Amino acid sequence: MKLTPLTKGLLADALLIIAAVVAFYAFPYDLAFLTRIVIMAILVLSIDLILGLGGIVTLGQAALYGSGAYAAGLFAIHISGDPLLGLAVGMLAGAAIAFLSGLLLMRAEGLTLIMLSIAVALVLQEIANRARDWTGGADGMRGIRMDPILGLWRFDFIGQTGYIYVCCVLFVVLFALKVLKASPLGLMARGIHESPARMRAIGAPVYQRRLILYTLGGAIAGIAGALAAQITQLVSLEVFNFSHSAEAVIMLILGGAGKLYGAIIGTVIFMVVHHLAASVDPFNWLFIIGALVLGVVFFVPQGLLGVPTALKRLIGGGK
Amino acid sequence: MKGLQTKGLNKSFGGLVVARDITLSLQPGDRTALIGPNGAGKTTFSNLITGILKPTSGQILLDGRDIGGMGEAARVRAGIAKTFQITTLFKHLSVRENIRLPILERERRALRFWHRADRDKGVEAEIEAQLSAFNLLGLADRPVQDLAYGQQRLVEMAMTLALKPRVLILDEPAAGVPSSDSHLITGAIEALPADLAVLIIEHDMKLVFQVARSIIVLVNGAILTQGTPPEIAANQQVRDLYLGAHHD
Ligand SMILES: Nc1ncnc2c1ncn2[C@@H]1O[C@H](COP(=O)(O)OP(=O)(O)OP(=O)(O)O)[C@@H](O)[C@H]1O
Ligand SMILES: [Mg+2]
Repeated sequence: MKLTPLTKGLLADALLIIAAVVAFYAFPYDLAFLTRIVIMAILVLSIDLILGLGGIVTLGQAALYGSGAYAAGLFAIHISGDPLLGLAVGMLAGAAIAFLSGLLLMRAEGLTLIMLSIAVALVLQEIANRARDWTGGADGMRGIRMDPILGLWRFDFIGQTGYIYVCCVLFVVLFALKVLKASPLGLMARGIHESPARMRAIGAPVYQRRLILYTLGGAIAGIAGALAAQITQLVSLEVFNFSHSAEAVIMLILGGAGKLYGAIIGTVIFMVVHHLAASVDPFNWLFIIGALVLGVVFFVPQGLLGVPTALKRLIGGGK
Repeated sequence: MKGLQTKGLNKSFGGLVVARDITLSLQPGDRTALIGPNGAGKTTFSNLITGILKPTSGQILLDGRDIGGMGEAARVRAGIAKTFQITTLFKHLSVRENIRLPILERERRALRFWHRADRDKGVEAEIEAQLSAFNLLGLADRPVQDLAYGQQRLVEMAMTLALKPRVLILDEPAAGVPSSDSHLITGAIEALPADLAVLIIEHDMKLVFQVARSIIVLVNGAILTQGTPPEIAANQQVRDLYLGAHHD
Protein backbone atom coordinates (compact mmCIF):
# COMPACT_ATOMS: atom_id res chain seq x y z
CA MET A 1 0.00 0.00 0.00
CA LYS A 2 1.32 3.40 -0.96
CA LEU A 3 0.58 6.28 1.39
CA THR A 4 0.59 9.89 0.27
CA PRO A 5 2.53 12.28 2.52
CA LEU A 6 -0.77 13.82 3.61
CA THR A 7 -2.33 10.56 4.80
CA LYS A 8 0.98 9.62 6.41
CA GLY A 9 0.92 12.90 8.32
CA LEU A 10 -2.68 12.43 9.43
CA LEU A 11 -1.91 8.87 10.50
CA ALA A 12 1.07 10.07 12.51
CA ASP A 13 -1.09 12.74 14.16
CA ALA A 14 -3.74 10.18 15.06
CA LEU A 15 -1.12 7.85 16.54
CA LEU A 16 0.36 10.73 18.50
CA ILE A 17 -3.00 11.70 19.98
CA ILE A 18 -3.78 8.07 20.83
CA ALA A 19 -0.37 7.69 22.47
CA ALA A 20 -0.96 10.84 24.52
CA VAL A 21 -4.37 9.61 25.68
CA VAL A 22 -3.13 6.09 26.44
CA ALA A 23 -0.22 7.50 28.44
CA PHE A 24 -2.64 9.66 30.41
CA TYR A 25 -4.68 6.63 31.56
CA ALA A 26 -1.84 4.11 31.75
CA PHE A 27 0.48 6.20 33.94
CA PRO A 28 -1.78 8.30 36.17
CA TYR A 29 0.96 8.67 38.78
CA ASP A 30 3.65 9.73 36.31
CA LEU A 31 1.86 12.71 34.82
CA ALA A 32 4.54 15.10 36.04
CA PHE A 33 7.16 13.10 34.13
CA LEU A 34 4.97 12.83 31.03
CA THR A 35 4.43 16.58 31.17
CA ARG A 36 8.16 17.16 31.25
CA ILE A 37 8.53 14.97 28.17
CA VAL A 38 5.94 16.98 26.27
CA ILE A 39 7.54 20.31 27.21
CA MET A 40 10.92 18.97 26.15
CA ALA A 41 9.42 17.81 22.85
CA ILE A 42 8.34 21.39 22.17
CA LEU A 43 11.87 22.61 22.87
CA VAL A 44 13.28 19.94 20.56
CA LEU A 45 10.78 20.95 17.87
CA SER A 46 12.13 24.49 18.09
CA ILE A 47 15.58 23.11 17.36
CA ASP A 48 14.19 21.06 14.50
CA LEU A 49 13.02 24.29 12.89
CA ILE A 50 16.41 25.95 13.23
CA LEU A 51 18.74 22.99 12.79
CA GLY A 52 16.69 20.33 11.04
CA LEU A 53 15.05 22.62 8.53
CA GLY A 54 17.34 25.63 8.33
CA GLY A 55 20.63 23.82 8.94
CA ILE A 56 21.69 26.38 11.54
CA VAL A 57 23.82 24.54 14.09
CA THR A 58 23.72 26.07 17.56
CA LEU A 59 24.04 24.75 21.09
CA GLY A 60 22.31 27.57 22.90
CA GLN A 61 18.62 26.81 22.80
CA ALA A 62 18.56 27.01 26.60
CA ALA A 63 19.04 30.79 26.26
CA LEU A 64 15.71 31.07 24.47
CA TYR A 65 13.99 28.48 26.64
CA GLY A 66 15.20 30.15 29.83
CA SER A 67 14.14 33.60 28.64
CA GLY A 68 10.64 32.27 28.00
CA ALA A 69 10.58 30.69 31.46
CA TYR A 70 11.71 33.82 33.32
CA ALA A 71 9.43 36.09 31.29
CA ALA A 72 6.41 33.88 31.95
CA GLY A 73 7.33 33.65 35.63
CA LEU A 74 7.69 37.41 36.02
CA PHE A 75 4.48 37.99 34.14
CA ALA A 76 2.56 35.55 36.35
CA ILE A 77 3.90 37.10 39.55
CA HIS A 78 3.60 40.78 38.67
CA ILE A 79 0.89 41.13 36.06
CA SER A 80 -1.46 38.25 35.48
CA GLY A 81 -1.76 34.57 36.29
CA ASP A 82 -3.54 33.83 33.04
CA PRO A 83 -1.74 30.84 31.49
CA LEU A 84 -2.37 31.65 27.83
CA LEU A 85 -1.29 35.27 28.22
CA GLY A 86 1.80 33.99 30.03
CA LEU A 87 2.47 31.63 27.15
CA ALA A 88 2.30 34.53 24.72
CA VAL A 89 4.71 36.52 26.88
CA GLY A 90 7.15 33.60 27.00
CA MET A 91 6.90 33.21 23.26
CA LEU A 92 7.63 36.89 22.68
CA ALA A 93 10.54 36.80 25.13
CA GLY A 94 12.07 33.79 23.37
CA ALA A 95 11.63 35.47 20.00
CA ALA A 96 13.06 38.77 21.25
CA ILE A 97 16.16 37.17 22.74
CA ALA A 98 16.63 35.06 19.60
CA PHE A 99 16.34 38.15 17.44
CA LEU A 100 18.70 40.27 19.51
CA SER A 101 21.34 37.58 19.93
CA GLY A 102 20.73 36.46 16.35
CA LEU A 103 21.78 39.88 15.07
CA LEU A 104 25.28 38.76 16.03
CA LEU A 105 24.99 34.94 15.94
CA MET A 106 23.53 34.65 12.46
CA ARG A 107 26.62 36.32 11.01
CA ALA A 108 28.70 33.44 12.33
CA GLU A 109 28.90 29.86 11.21
CA GLY A 110 30.35 26.54 12.28
CA LEU A 111 32.33 26.36 15.48
CA THR A 112 32.16 30.12 16.03
CA LEU A 113 28.38 30.01 15.97
CA ILE A 114 28.27 27.07 18.37
CA MET A 115 30.58 28.80 20.84
CA LEU A 116 28.72 32.11 20.61
CA SER A 117 25.34 30.44 21.12
CA ILE A 118 26.64 28.69 24.24
CA ALA A 119 28.02 32.00 25.47
CA VAL A 120 24.64 33.74 25.13
CA ALA A 121 23.05 31.21 27.48
CA LEU A 122 25.87 31.67 29.98
CA VAL A 123 25.57 35.44 29.88
CA LEU A 124 21.81 35.27 30.45
CA GLN A 125 22.33 32.84 33.30
CA GLU A 126 24.70 35.28 34.94
CA ILE A 127 22.30 38.17 34.40
CA ALA A 128 19.50 36.15 36.02
CA ASN A 129 21.86 35.33 38.87
CA ARG A 130 22.73 39.01 39.46
CA ALA A 131 19.19 40.33 39.11
CA ARG A 132 18.32 38.66 42.41
CA ASP A 133 15.54 41.10 43.27
CA TRP A 134 13.61 40.10 40.19
CA THR A 135 14.60 36.51 39.60
CA GLY A 136 15.42 35.25 43.08
CA GLY A 137 18.94 34.54 41.85
CA ALA A 138 20.30 31.15 42.81
CA ASP A 139 17.28 30.47 45.03
CA GLY A 140 15.02 30.52 42.02
CA MET A 141 11.87 32.45 41.31
CA ARG A 142 9.06 31.48 43.62
CA GLY A 143 5.48 32.52 44.11
CA ILE A 144 4.21 31.77 40.63
CA ARG A 145 0.45 31.15 40.89
CA MET A 146 -1.51 30.24 37.82
CA ASP A 147 -5.17 31.06 37.21
CA PRO A 148 -7.42 28.43 35.64
CA ILE A 149 -6.96 28.00 31.89
CA LEU A 150 -9.52 30.18 30.09
CA GLY A 151 -11.05 30.64 33.53
CA LEU A 152 -12.35 27.08 33.35
CA TRP A 153 -9.69 24.51 34.19
CA ARG A 154 -7.83 24.80 37.44
CA PHE A 155 -4.31 23.29 37.66
CA ASP A 156 -4.65 20.27 39.99
CA PHE A 157 -1.88 18.82 42.11
CA ILE A 158 -1.86 15.43 40.32
CA GLY A 159 -1.09 17.31 37.11
CA GLN A 160 -3.99 16.20 34.94
CA THR A 161 -4.84 19.69 33.75
CA GLY A 162 -1.17 20.46 33.25
CA TYR A 163 -0.64 17.37 31.12
CA ILE A 164 -3.64 18.05 28.92
CA TYR A 165 -2.62 21.70 28.63
CA VAL A 166 0.94 20.97 27.46
CA CYS A 167 -0.31 18.28 25.07
CA CYS A 168 -2.68 20.80 23.48
CA VAL A 169 0.15 23.30 23.12
CA LEU A 170 2.35 20.59 21.58
CA PHE A 171 -0.32 19.78 19.00
CA VAL A 172 -0.77 23.45 18.12
CA VAL A 173 3.01 23.91 17.75
CA LEU A 174 3.31 20.74 15.69
CA PHE A 175 0.46 21.80 13.45
CA ALA A 176 1.96 25.26 12.96
CA LEU A 177 5.33 23.77 12.09
CA LYS A 178 3.76 21.35 9.62
CA VAL A 179 2.06 24.23 7.85
CA LEU A 180 5.29 26.20 7.92
CA LYS A 181 7.36 23.31 6.61
CA ALA A 182 5.15 22.91 3.55
CA SER A 183 4.99 26.67 2.92
CA PRO A 184 7.27 28.86 0.81
CA LEU A 185 9.09 29.80 4.02
CA GLY A 186 9.73 26.12 4.73
CA LEU A 187 11.09 25.57 1.24
CA MET A 188 13.24 28.67 1.67
CA ALA A 189 14.59 27.26 4.95
CA ARG A 190 15.55 24.02 3.23
CA GLY A 191 17.24 26.08 0.54
CA ILE A 192 19.32 27.88 3.17
CA HIS A 193 20.22 24.49 4.61
CA GLU A 194 21.23 23.05 1.25
CA SER A 195 23.22 25.93 -0.23
CA PRO A 196 23.55 29.47 1.07
CA ALA A 197 25.58 30.35 -2.03
CA ARG A 198 22.73 29.32 -4.30
CA MET A 199 20.22 31.15 -2.13
CA ARG A 200 22.17 34.39 -2.53
CA ALA A 201 22.36 33.77 -6.26
CA ILE A 202 18.57 33.63 -6.47
CA GLY A 203 18.25 36.87 -4.55
CA ALA A 204 17.71 35.71 -0.97
CA PRO A 205 19.51 37.76 1.69
CA VAL A 206 20.78 34.78 3.66
CA TYR A 207 21.64 36.60 6.88
CA GLN A 208 18.15 38.09 7.25
CA ARG A 209 16.59 34.75 6.41
CA ARG A 210 18.63 32.95 9.03
CA LEU A 211 17.68 35.65 11.51
CA ILE A 212 13.99 35.10 10.75
CA LEU A 213 14.31 31.34 11.24
CA TYR A 214 16.24 31.77 14.46
CA THR A 215 13.63 34.20 15.79
CA LEU A 216 10.82 31.79 14.96
CA GLY A 217 12.73 29.00 16.69
CA GLY A 218 13.20 31.32 19.66
CA ALA A 219 9.44 31.89 19.85
CA ILE A 220 8.81 28.15 20.12
CA ALA A 221 11.61 27.61 22.62
CA GLY A 222 10.09 30.48 24.62
CA ILE A 223 6.75 28.68 24.65
CA ALA A 224 8.46 25.57 26.03
CA GLY A 225 10.16 27.64 28.72
CA ALA A 226 6.91 29.37 29.67
CA LEU A 227 5.16 26.02 30.01
CA ALA A 228 7.91 24.76 32.27
CA ALA A 229 7.56 27.84 34.49
CA GLN A 230 3.78 27.58 34.65
CA ILE A 231 3.68 23.83 35.36
CA THR A 232 6.44 23.66 37.97
CA GLN A 233 5.58 27.13 39.33
CA LEU A 234 9.27 27.66 39.77
CA VAL A 235 12.04 29.05 37.60
CA SER A 236 15.63 28.45 38.57
CA LEU A 237 18.96 29.35 36.99
CA GLU A 238 19.11 25.79 35.69
CA VAL A 239 16.83 26.70 32.80
CA PHE A 240 19.90 28.24 31.15
CA ASN A 241 22.05 25.14 31.67
CA PHE A 242 24.15 23.98 28.77
CA SER A 243 22.93 20.42 29.33
CA HIS A 244 19.43 21.49 28.24
CA SER A 245 20.72 22.69 24.90
CA ALA A 246 22.97 19.70 24.38
CA GLU A 247 20.43 17.05 25.38
CA ALA A 248 17.77 18.64 23.21
CA VAL A 249 20.06 18.45 20.18
CA ILE A 250 20.87 14.81 20.99
CA MET A 251 17.15 14.01 21.18
CA LEU A 252 16.64 15.56 17.78
CA ILE A 253 19.49 13.62 16.18
CA LEU A 254 18.20 10.47 17.85
CA GLY A 255 14.71 10.84 16.40
CA GLY A 256 15.73 12.27 13.05
CA ALA A 257 16.23 15.95 12.18
CA GLY A 258 14.02 17.92 9.82
CA LYS A 259 10.99 15.65 10.10
CA LEU A 260 9.12 17.15 13.11
CA TYR A 261 7.84 13.74 14.28
CA GLY A 262 11.47 12.74 14.71
CA ALA A 263 11.82 15.47 17.33
CA ILE A 264 8.93 14.00 19.30
CA ILE A 265 10.01 10.37 19.01
CA GLY A 266 13.59 11.26 19.90
CA THR A 267 12.48 13.17 22.98
CA VAL A 268 10.18 10.39 24.20
CA ILE A 269 12.79 7.67 23.73
CA PHE A 270 15.64 9.67 25.23
CA MET A 271 13.67 10.69 28.29
CA VAL A 272 12.06 7.30 28.89
CA VAL A 273 15.36 5.47 28.49
CA HIS A 274 17.01 8.04 30.72
CA HIS A 275 14.27 7.60 33.33
CA LEU A 276 14.40 3.79 33.30
CA ALA A 277 18.17 3.55 33.10
CA ALA A 278 18.58 6.03 35.92
CA SER A 279 16.23 4.07 38.15
CA VAL A 280 18.00 0.78 37.36
CA ASP A 281 21.49 2.17 37.78
CA PRO A 282 21.64 5.76 39.06
CA PHE A 283 25.38 6.00 38.38
CA ASN A 284 25.82 4.50 34.95
CA TRP A 285 22.71 5.50 33.04
CA LEU A 286 24.76 7.77 30.82
CA PHE A 287 26.41 4.69 29.31
CA ILE A 288 23.08 3.38 28.12
CA ILE A 289 22.08 6.71 26.60
CA GLY A 290 25.53 6.99 25.03
CA ALA A 291 25.27 3.51 23.51
CA LEU A 292 21.83 4.32 22.14
CA VAL A 293 23.01 7.51 20.49
CA LEU A 294 26.14 5.87 19.08
CA GLY A 295 24.06 3.02 17.68
CA VAL A 296 21.66 5.36 15.96
CA VAL A 297 24.35 7.65 14.57
CA PHE A 298 26.30 4.69 13.17
CA PHE A 299 23.50 2.53 11.84
CA VAL A 300 20.69 4.96 10.99
CA PRO A 301 22.18 8.42 10.55
CA GLN A 302 18.72 9.72 9.57
CA GLY A 303 17.56 8.98 13.13
CA LEU A 304 15.00 6.53 14.48
CA LEU A 305 12.37 7.79 12.05
CA GLY A 306 14.68 6.48 9.34
CA VAL A 307 14.63 2.95 10.73
CA PRO A 308 11.71 1.66 8.62
CA THR A 309 13.37 2.91 5.42
CA ALA A 310 16.69 1.44 6.49
CA LEU A 311 15.05 -1.92 7.24
CA LYS A 312 13.24 -1.91 3.91
CA ARG A 313 16.51 -1.25 2.14
CA LEU A 314 18.18 -4.02 4.15
CA ILE A 315 15.50 -6.53 3.20
CA GLY A 316 15.66 -5.26 -0.33
CA GLY A 317 11.91 -4.90 -0.68
CA GLY A 318 11.65 -1.13 -0.81
CA LYS A 319 13.28 1.44 -2.97
CA MET B 1 22.66 54.85 -19.65
CA LYS B 2 20.91 51.48 -19.92
CA GLY B 3 22.43 48.10 -19.11
CA LEU B 4 25.56 47.18 -17.27
CA GLN B 5 28.86 49.09 -17.28
CA THR B 6 32.13 48.47 -15.57
CA LYS B 7 34.68 51.25 -15.25
CA GLY B 8 38.32 50.55 -14.52
CA LEU B 9 37.59 47.39 -12.57
CA ASN B 10 40.60 45.97 -10.74
CA LYS B 11 40.90 42.96 -8.49
CA SER B 12 43.91 41.34 -6.94
CA PHE B 13 44.32 38.44 -4.54
CA GLY B 14 47.39 39.45 -2.56
CA GLY B 15 50.02 39.96 -5.24
CA LEU B 16 48.07 38.18 -7.97
CA VAL B 17 46.22 40.62 -10.24
CA VAL B 18 43.21 38.89 -11.75
CA ALA B 19 41.29 41.87 -13.12
CA ARG B 20 43.13 44.78 -14.73
CA ASP B 21 41.32 47.97 -15.55
CA ILE B 22 38.33 46.24 -17.11
CA THR B 23 35.99 48.73 -18.74
CA LEU B 24 33.12 47.36 -20.72
CA SER B 25 29.45 47.82 -21.37
CA LEU B 26 26.65 45.35 -21.80
CA GLN B 27 23.44 46.75 -23.31
CA PRO B 28 19.96 45.26 -23.40
CA GLY B 29 19.88 42.82 -26.31
CA ASP B 30 23.63 42.21 -26.31
CA ARG B 31 24.94 38.69 -26.79
CA THR B 32 28.54 39.05 -25.75
CA ALA B 33 30.96 36.20 -25.23
CA LEU B 34 33.85 36.47 -22.79
CA ILE B 35 36.62 34.11 -23.82
CA GLY B 36 40.18 33.58 -22.72
CA PRO B 37 42.54 30.88 -21.48
CA ASN B 38 42.12 29.07 -18.17
CA GLY B 39 42.87 31.36 -15.27
CA ALA B 40 42.41 34.50 -17.37
CA GLY B 41 40.01 35.88 -14.78
CA LYS B 42 36.65 35.31 -16.47
CA THR B 43 34.89 33.81 -13.47
CA THR B 44 36.46 36.44 -11.23
CA PHE B 45 35.05 39.15 -13.46
CA SER B 46 31.59 37.60 -13.24
CA ASN B 47 31.93 37.37 -9.46
CA LEU B 48 32.79 41.08 -9.32
CA ILE B 49 29.63 41.95 -11.23
CA THR B 50 27.35 39.74 -9.15
CA GLY B 51 28.90 40.91 -5.89
CA ILE B 52 30.37 37.60 -4.80
CA LEU B 53 33.72 39.44 -4.79
CA LYS B 54 34.43 43.10 -4.06
CA PRO B 55 36.71 44.87 -6.52
CA THR B 56 39.97 46.39 -5.33
CA SER B 57 39.02 49.49 -7.29
CA GLY B 58 36.68 50.58 -10.05
CA GLN B 59 32.95 50.98 -10.56
CA ILE B 60 30.02 48.80 -11.55
CA LEU B 61 26.91 50.55 -12.86
CA LEU B 62 23.45 49.18 -13.60
CA ASP B 63 21.31 51.54 -15.65
CA GLY B 64 23.77 54.28 -14.74
CA ARG B 65 23.50 53.67 -11.00
CA ASP B 66 26.54 52.59 -8.98
CA ILE B 67 25.75 49.18 -7.50
CA GLY B 68 29.14 48.68 -5.85
CA GLY B 69 27.62 49.02 -2.40
CA MET B 70 24.90 46.45 -3.01
CA GLY B 71 25.16 42.92 -1.67
CA GLU B 72 24.86 39.82 -3.78
CA ALA B 73 21.16 39.19 -3.15
CA ALA B 74 20.27 42.84 -3.75
CA ARG B 75 21.98 42.76 -7.14
CA VAL B 76 19.99 39.67 -8.10
CA ARG B 77 16.81 41.48 -7.11
CA ALA B 78 17.96 44.42 -9.21
CA GLY B 79 18.08 42.07 -12.18
CA ILE B 80 21.57 40.58 -12.44
CA ALA B 81 21.67 36.78 -12.43
CA LYS B 82 24.37 34.24 -13.13
CA THR B 83 24.90 30.54 -13.51
CA PHE B 84 27.82 29.02 -11.68
CA GLN B 85 30.71 27.44 -13.54
CA ILE B 86 30.58 24.69 -10.92
CA THR B 87 26.98 23.59 -10.61
CA THR B 88 25.52 24.92 -7.37
CA LEU B 89 22.09 23.50 -6.66
CA PHE B 90 19.86 22.37 -3.82
CA LYS B 91 21.00 18.78 -4.10
CA HIS B 92 18.44 17.10 -1.88
CA LEU B 93 15.49 19.04 -3.24
CA SER B 94 13.61 17.85 -6.29
CA VAL B 95 14.16 19.43 -9.69
CA ARG B 96 10.75 21.02 -9.39
CA GLU B 97 11.58 22.53 -6.00
CA ASN B 98 14.88 23.84 -7.34
CA ILE B 99 12.95 25.83 -9.91
CA ARG B 100 10.11 26.76 -7.57
CA LEU B 101 12.43 28.55 -5.13
CA PRO B 102 13.83 31.16 -7.53
CA ILE B 103 10.33 31.88 -8.79
CA LEU B 104 9.09 32.41 -5.22
CA GLU B 105 12.08 34.64 -4.51
CA ARG B 106 11.52 36.64 -7.68
CA GLU B 107 7.87 37.11 -6.75
CA ARG B 108 8.96 38.09 -3.20
CA ARG B 109 6.82 35.30 -1.76
CA ALA B 110 9.50 33.22 -0.08
CA LEU B 111 8.53 34.44 3.41
CA ARG B 112 4.93 33.32 3.25
CA PHE B 113 4.27 30.68 5.86
CA TRP B 114 0.50 30.36 5.81
CA HIS B 115 -0.07 28.39 2.62
CA ARG B 116 1.51 25.49 0.80
CA ALA B 117 4.42 26.26 -1.48
CA ASP B 118 3.16 24.05 -4.29
CA ARG B 119 -0.41 25.21 -4.77
CA ASP B 120 -0.06 28.42 -6.78
CA LYS B 121 -1.31 27.69 -10.31
CA GLY B 122 0.71 30.46 -11.93
CA VAL B 123 3.96 29.39 -10.29
CA GLU B 124 3.37 25.71 -11.05
CA ALA B 125 2.58 26.45 -14.69
CA GLU B 126 5.79 28.42 -14.98
CA ILE B 127 7.76 25.55 -13.47
CA GLU B 128 6.22 23.14 -15.98
CA ALA B 129 7.19 25.47 -18.81
CA GLN B 130 10.81 25.66 -17.62
CA LEU B 131 10.94 21.90 -17.14
CA SER B 132 9.69 21.19 -20.61
CA ALA B 133 11.98 23.78 -22.18
CA PHE B 134 14.93 21.89 -20.74
CA ASN B 135 13.55 18.42 -21.30
CA LEU B 136 13.40 17.80 -17.55
CA LEU B 137 9.73 16.87 -17.15
CA GLY B 138 10.49 13.19 -16.64
CA LEU B 139 12.91 14.00 -13.83
CA ALA B 140 10.82 16.68 -12.14
CA ASP B 141 10.28 14.87 -8.85
CA ARG B 142 13.73 13.33 -8.50
CA PRO B 143 16.22 14.86 -6.08
CA VAL B 144 18.73 16.85 -8.10
CA GLN B 145 21.61 14.77 -6.77
CA ASP B 146 20.23 11.75 -8.66
CA LEU B 147 20.65 13.54 -12.01
CA ALA B 148 23.59 13.20 -14.36
CA TYR B 149 25.94 16.19 -14.36
CA GLY B 150 24.77 17.36 -17.75
CA GLN B 151 21.18 17.36 -16.57
CA GLN B 152 22.21 19.29 -13.47
CA ARG B 153 23.67 21.95 -15.78
CA LEU B 154 20.25 22.23 -17.37
CA VAL B 155 18.64 22.69 -13.95
CA GLU B 156 21.23 25.37 -13.17
CA MET B 157 20.25 27.20 -16.34
CA ALA B 158 16.51 26.73 -15.79
CA MET B 159 16.57 28.10 -12.27
CA THR B 160 18.60 31.13 -13.28
CA LEU B 161 16.22 31.93 -16.12
CA ALA B 162 13.34 31.55 -13.68
CA LEU B 163 14.62 34.74 -12.04
CA LYS B 164 13.74 36.63 -15.25
CA PRO B 165 16.88 38.76 -15.05
CA ARG B 166 17.71 41.83 -17.14
CA VAL B 167 21.41 41.03 -17.16
CA LEU B 168 22.40 37.38 -17.45
CA ILE B 169 25.87 35.94 -17.00
CA LEU B 170 26.39 32.36 -18.07
CA ASP B 171 29.64 30.85 -16.80
CA GLU B 172 30.45 27.97 -19.15
CA PRO B 173 26.83 26.85 -19.47
CA ALA B 174 27.66 23.95 -21.77
CA ALA B 175 30.65 22.55 -19.88
CA GLY B 176 29.86 18.98 -18.90
CA VAL B 177 26.67 18.79 -20.92
CA PRO B 178 26.76 15.78 -23.24
CA SER B 179 26.72 16.75 -26.92
CA SER B 180 23.33 15.07 -27.27
CA ASP B 181 21.90 17.70 -24.90
CA SER B 182 23.99 20.73 -25.81
CA HIS B 183 21.34 21.87 -28.30
CA LEU B 184 19.08 22.43 -25.27
CA ILE B 185 21.56 24.97 -23.93
CA THR B 186 22.09 26.62 -27.29
CA GLY B 187 18.35 26.59 -27.88
CA ALA B 188 17.71 28.17 -24.49
CA ILE B 189 20.24 30.91 -25.16
CA GLU B 190 18.76 31.60 -28.57
CA ALA B 191 15.27 31.73 -27.08
CA LEU B 192 16.20 34.30 -24.41
CA PRO B 193 14.12 37.48 -24.41
CA ALA B 194 15.47 39.83 -27.08
CA ASP B 195 16.01 42.73 -24.67
CA LEU B 196 18.03 40.70 -22.17
CA ALA B 197 21.72 41.61 -21.82
CA VAL B 198 23.71 38.37 -21.94
CA LEU B 199 27.36 37.69 -21.17
CA ILE B 200 28.48 34.16 -21.99
CA ILE B 201 31.73 32.84 -20.63
CA GLU B 202 32.63 29.82 -22.74
CA HIS B 203 35.48 27.72 -24.04
CA ASP B 204 33.37 25.93 -26.64
CA MET B 205 34.04 28.04 -29.75
CA LYS B 206 31.29 26.40 -31.72
CA LEU B 207 28.76 27.61 -29.17
CA VAL B 208 30.40 31.04 -28.97
CA PHE B 209 30.22 31.60 -32.70
CA GLN B 210 26.69 30.31 -32.80
CA VAL B 211 25.20 32.67 -30.21
CA ALA B 212 27.57 35.63 -29.72
CA ARG B 213 27.32 38.87 -31.68
CA SER B 214 30.33 40.33 -29.94
CA ILE B 215 33.38 38.71 -28.37
CA ILE B 216 35.70 40.00 -25.65
CA VAL B 217 39.05 38.29 -25.20
CA LEU B 218 40.43 38.34 -21.68
CA VAL B 219 44.07 37.50 -20.98
CA ASN B 220 45.77 37.79 -17.60
CA GLY B 221 42.85 39.76 -16.23
CA ALA B 222 42.94 42.40 -18.97
CA ILE B 223 40.88 42.85 -22.12
CA LEU B 224 43.13 41.92 -25.04
CA THR B 225 40.66 42.80 -27.73
CA GLN B 226 36.97 43.05 -28.52
CA GLY B 227 35.10 42.64 -31.78
CA THR B 228 32.53 40.82 -33.86
CA PRO B 229 32.99 37.06 -34.28
CA PRO B 230 34.54 37.41 -37.76
CA GLU B 231 36.95 40.08 -36.50
CA ILE B 232 38.01 37.91 -33.57
CA ALA B 233 38.34 34.86 -35.83
CA ALA B 234 40.65 36.84 -38.07
CA ASN B 235 42.70 38.35 -35.23
CA GLN B 236 46.26 37.03 -35.31
CA GLN B 237 46.88 37.64 -31.59
CA VAL B 238 43.80 35.62 -30.67
CA ARG B 239 44.70 32.84 -33.10
CA ASP B 240 48.15 32.59 -31.58
CA LEU B 241 46.67 32.58 -28.12
CA TYR B 242 44.40 29.68 -28.91
CA LEU B 243 47.26 27.80 -30.55
CA GLY B 244 49.15 28.23 -27.29
CA ALA B 245 51.80 30.74 -28.45
CA HIS B 246 51.69 33.96 -26.43
CA HIS B 247 52.32 37.41 -27.89
CA ASP B 248 52.82 39.81 -25.03
N1 LIG C 1 39.54 33.39 -4.14
C1 LIG C 1 40.71 33.38 -4.80
N2 LIG C 1 41.87 33.55 -4.14
C2 LIG C 1 43.04 33.56 -4.78
N3 LIG C 1 43.16 33.39 -6.11
C3 LIG C 1 42.05 33.21 -6.83
C4 LIG C 1 40.76 33.18 -6.22
N4 LIG C 1 39.83 32.98 -7.18
C5 LIG C 1 40.50 32.88 -8.33
N5 LIG C 1 41.84 33.02 -8.13
C6 LIG C 1 42.85 33.01 -9.16
O1 LIG C 1 42.52 34.00 -10.09
C7 LIG C 1 42.84 33.60 -11.39
C8 LIG C 1 41.64 33.74 -12.27
O2 LIG C 1 40.70 32.74 -11.92
P1 LIG C 1 39.30 32.62 -12.64
O3 LIG C 1 38.59 31.51 -11.99
O4 LIG C 1 38.65 33.93 -12.68
O5 LIG C 1 39.73 32.18 -14.11
P2 LIG C 1 38.82 31.76 -15.35
O6 LIG C 1 39.17 32.66 -16.47
O7 LIG C 1 37.40 31.68 -14.96
O8 LIG C 1 39.38 30.30 -15.66
P3 LIG C 1 38.64 29.00 -16.20
O9 LIG C 1 38.52 29.15 -17.67
O10 LIG C 1 39.55 27.90 -15.83
O11 LIG C 1 37.34 28.93 -15.51
C9 LIG C 1 43.39 32.19 -11.28
O12 LIG C 1 44.79 32.26 -11.29
C10 LIG C 1 42.89 31.72 -9.95
O13 LIG C 1 43.77 30.79 -9.39
MG1 LIG D 1 36.04 30.23 -14.81
